[in-house]
Amino acid sequence: MLHYFRALYGIVTRELWRFLSQRGRFLAALVRPLVWLFIFAAGFRSALGIAIIPPYDTYIPYEVYISPGLIGMIQLFNGMQSSLSMVYDREMGSMRVLLVTPLPRWFLLVCKLLASTAVSIMQVFVFLLIAWFYDIQAPLQGYLWILPALLLSGLMLGALGMLLSSFVNQLENFAGVMNFVIFPMFFLSSALYPLWKMQESSELLYTLAKYNPFTQAVELIRFALYGKINDDALLFTAVSLVVFLLLAIWGYNPSKGLMPRKQG
Amino acid sequence: MRSNVSAVDKHPGLRVTHLSYAYAKKTALDNVSFQVDRGSCSILLGPNGAGKSTLFSLVTRLYVASEGTIEVNGKNLRRSTYKALAKLGVVFQQTTLDMDMTVIQNLRYHSALHGLSRKQARIRIEQELLRQRMFDRRHEKIRQLNGGHRRRVEIARALLHQPSVLLLDEPTVGLDIASRQSMVEHIHQLATQDNLAVLWATHLIDEVDDSDQLIVLHQGRVLADGWVTELLHDYNADNVSELFQQLTMLEQAA
Repeated sequence: MLHYFRALYGIVTRELWRFLSQRGRFLAALVRPLVWLFIFAAGFRSALGIAIIPPYDTYIPYEVYISPGLIGMIQLFNGMQSSLSMVYDREMGSMRVLLVTPLPRWFLLVCKLLASTAVSIMQVFVFLLIAWFYDIQAPLQGYLWILPALLLSGLMLGALGMLLSSFVNQLENFAGVMNFVIFPMFFLSSALYPLWKMQESSELLYTLAKYNPFTQAVELIRFALYGKINDDALLFTAVSLVVFLLLAIWGYNPSKGLMPRKQG
Repeated sequence: MRSNVSAVDKHPGLRVTHLSYAYAKKTALDNVSFQVDRGSCSILLGPNGAGKSTLFSLVTRLYVASEGTIEVNGKNLRRSTYKALAKLGVVFQQTTLDMDMTVIQNLRYHSALHGLSRKQARIRIEQELLRQRMFDRRHEKIRQLNGGHRRRVEIARALLHQPSVLLLDEPTVGLDIASRQSMVEHIHQLATQDNLAVLWATHLIDEVDDSDQLIVLHQGRVLADGWVTELLHDYNADNVSELFQQLTMLEQAA
């Protein structure tokens, strides 16, 4: 048991340290949502009127609406990026060091996920801090409530990335997958516009967006930030996490999964 | 196959029996059997594509073999997976250290993976780094070290959890001649000092020492397995290079 705990501690510390020592990656992770917040949202606010919808109980500026979506975006990118690093690690070998560890493989993969989620939560809080000074402020207890939500959504998006990484054998392919996964997931979600707005223009897009796990993660975060629980989103995100995680663990299983096909 | 396994060595360090593995279409390993005893160094010699990497992937459990068994220190890799892996130290072909972390951070990570306590880790890291003559450089980042020094850190890492089997996958790739020679000597010393079963994969014939055991792998099959001196005598060859040529020619003729 102690062995499990020590390994978890080791894997998480390594990931955090690696993230903090790569300043470029830290900056990029922050600049992306900030560009959306400062430029896109500022330009877009006049084009879109937001009605009063839960969890908000008043009219809100567009920047406030989009912030939970951008938090989701941070976690989405982080999840994909850390699985990208798993593909890289596998090619370069440090993933192999991890996999010869005398512990069950599912546990090692869960540790990896927890580590990358910890990194994403750090990014999110730096983003929230900057947003605070930009007058996007949630009730104080919201900053506490958001933690479990971020843990769940981060794990779910990370598990999705891990699942993809178990299918893809080369870095180049993975870049393509990222474009085909990140963009549709982000734009077909409630991150940038409320779902009812989308329903006005297309019922099909609305349905797709509604069953997009990313939408559910964003809604979970949005409600949590205002101290509320969105039951549907919670359930949907949790179920997605379980499904993605099981598939990813299967994908990394040395005898049944997809690993053996990797070698050319 | 080999006659001089002494009766005392009831637990060979590494034993591979009837191991076969195929990728989608190509057979990579075909009924491979051999054993490496503790305290000795076995060279797994074969050209690129002979199946060395596949063999290493199976022993390190990146994949699981469809047929055959692998035992590490008497523990079956399939049935007692974690007990077997706990006794295995590996130096992979490519550098697998974190470049932007220091020597000691890399080793601490590895100690954590193997469940060493903080105190145990500190003691073991110090011991191994002193042995590899890298203790003074423990706070340097891996990126600042040259290839030979990185390899030494990797050997220290592979030995941290006190394994009984040490696997080295072409460990001298990218090293200059002097570092290569010192590494060959050093690993031989380790095998005796620590009573390690060393399996050293290479395609470089000059890394074979006369005192070694030699396993020749070619197109997924073991062509020869025995002490170097015996094999040279049996095949009436002057040196390993000639022996290797003879074996592969015989194989092609067959």
